[in-house]
Amino acid sequence: MSSQAVLESASTAPKRGADFGRLHLWGKLLWPALALAILLAIDGICIRGFFSVSIVQGRLTGTLVDIFRYGAPVMVLSVGMTFVLATGGVDLSVGAIMALAGAIAAKAAMPTSLNGMGISPGSGIAIALLVSVLAGMWNGMSVAWLGMQPIVATLVLMVAGRGIARLCIGAANVPLSGTIWTALHNPHLTLPMAPIIVLIVAVVAGLLTRVTSIGLFVEALGGNPVASRYAGVRVGLITFMVYVFCGLCAGIAGIISSADVMIANASSTGMYMELDAILAVVIGGTALTGGRFSLVGSLIGALLIQTLQTTLIYKVPIQQTLVIKAVVVLAVCLLQSAEFRRKSLAVCARLGLSRTRKAAAQVAS
Amino acid sequence: MNTFRPLCLFLLAAAISCISISCNKHEASSGSGSKVVGFSQEDEESDWRTAESQSIKSEAQNRHIDLRFADAQEDQEKQIKAIRAFIAQRVNAIILAPRVETGWDQVLREAKNAKIPVVLVDRGVSAPEDLYVTLIASDFVEEGHRAADWLAKHTNGKARIVELQGTAGSAPAIDRHKGFADELAKYPDMKILASQDGDFQVSKGKEVMAAFLKSVGKENITAVYAHNDNMALGAIQAIQEAGLTPGKDIMVVSIDGIHAALQAILDGTINCVVECNPLLGPQAFDAIDDTLAGKTIPKRTVQKDELFDKSNLTPELLAKRKY
Repeated sequence: MSSQAVLESASTAPKRGADFGRLHLWGKLLWPALALAILLAIDGICIRGFFSVSIVQGRLTGTLVDIFRYGAPVMVLSVGMTFVLATGGVDLSVGAIMALAGAIAAKAAMPTSLNGMGISPGSGIAIALLVSVLAGMWNGMSVAWLGMQPIVATLVLMVAGRGIARLCIGAANVPLSGTIWTALHNPHLTLPMAPIIVLIVAVVAGLLTRVTSIGLFVEALGGNPVASRYAGVRVGLITFMVYVFCGLCAGIAGIISSADVMIANASSTGMYMELDAILAVVIGGTALTGGRFSLVGSLIGALLIQTLQTTLIYKVPIQQTLVIKAVVVLAVCLLQSAEFRRKSLAVCARLGLSRTRKAAAQVAS
Repeated sequence: MNTFRPLCLFLLAAAISCISISCNKHEASSGSGSKVVGFSQEDEESDWRTAESQSIKSEAQNRHIDLRFADAQEDQEKQIKAIRAFIAQRVNAIILAPRVETGWDQVLREAKNAKIPVVLVDRGVSAPEDLYVTLIASDFVEEGHRAADWLAKHTNGKARIVELQGTAGSAPAIDRHKGFADELAKYPDMKILASQDGDFQVSKGKEVMAAFLKSVGKENITAVYAHNDNMALGAIQAIQEAGLTPGKDIMVVSIDGIHAALQAILDGTINCVVECNPLLGPQAFDAIDDTLAGKTIPKRTVQKDELFDKSNLTPELLAKRKY
């Protein structure tokens, strides 16, 4: 029996168990989706014209469009990060890889007179994505075969990646030009390009996990690496591939966010975005300890973060934004914790019980 | 075996540090003929700060001073270590571009005890004044003042403004807001309609401006005040995407004076840039020379900043600028 068959029979053996698993996953999706719906509802009520969408100069504009557009980098990052967290790892280097990808693409397209490589912007982007994959391979190798802790292994590139990016293009803004950058910058059929790329990345990742057995292997690995190894899963290879894919996603995110402003900047591109990406995945219901994951959940998580960000810009005075952000994130995470829900229900029940008892005592007296 | 590996690593580390120490000693003795100055830069995260370092390095070269440069990469701890290293190397003076305001008392006192004068550049510290020679920096409050002043003059005192603030809690963000708001209080018809954190970044500036154009309404905004040029450059893109003309429909005023922003003045998309001059090198070394010669100098040296708009900026002038 192949390893896949073993794992599949293990996870589906009691049919009811499998159904319960699926139900459990939908249950996990319910809370972030609910939080997003509540936030959108509040926005719809409090902000006039929040849902209105119009076309200005051949460009679909509106607050919802902005949320998809400016949330795109974190959404792409969260797709890659989902797999990494599902194996029980973490990748802190994605923000730095974003900066690196933008810097390499810019450096490649700069004319040789300015110490660039003087090649076409399109090949520049290809090289940038290749470098992102290499960065992912470095992370994957450190974790899978050198046995380093993921948080430390990826910390190396988190620090060094931005340094390399600065070596390439310095601290200044480098303007980007060329047909491919304009194509990435401008809308297509009035739709902004960034969310389209997110859709493509998400669909490819979804197909990879659900049509092939990669998703199953990743979940098995995150659930119990030792058992997976005994079942014949190539643990090292899967771990390695997961970081490589995460690196590629980070590269794509870097290109998207550079194309949005048509500027490459080694210092600010992707700054602190690794934290947003990890938060998005966790809000989406994937545990930091690994195991079952949900790509849709991660995308909802990323959208939730961006919606919150936009709401804060719209409605909250600057002095309070960080506190409010923290409170909302805390609330969403608490909602998601089964332990918290059980305990709070118990407390409510006890309060209700004591009230009825008191009422009964009053009636009796 | 288990104890052997760490021991090996320890010995290796010890060997490396011995070598580096002996290198340092060698350097110090080779530069004994000329003055030795240590410079602790907090980070080189922007072209502004790179220009500042460059100014100090080239001025040191001009004056034949042996400059020891340490980039702390946004880490105050590293800056403190660098200063201690400078003290150990018995440099003649130290230049410090502090990362944050607090936490410097102890290390500055160590420098004072070693009789090494410390000159602060571009940001102040909250330590007793006798611990350093002088602070050479632009006046951020004054920059905010001048931006508001310019806007009042060119709008006849009537403007509905949105503000893109710098990183929350940073000294330039606090002071540039304060200076601007204080000056605005004189003009009853000038109001800040909205104000948010743009983190000194192009992309953030664009995102926040795009939100302002919808939340405040693009017909209600007549001017943008950005705490730095990068955010202004982002805001310009957002204004253009909303179908308006930056510089005309919405006036843009910002601070710093980087090349791209001054180019934008010539292109007509930015109306006014208040300069925050990073070329502090000459003044810093003047202060060191005076102190070592026994003169007392004022605790605050204000850097002279320009104001650029269409009336005084020419392509020739832009080509001549160093950053």
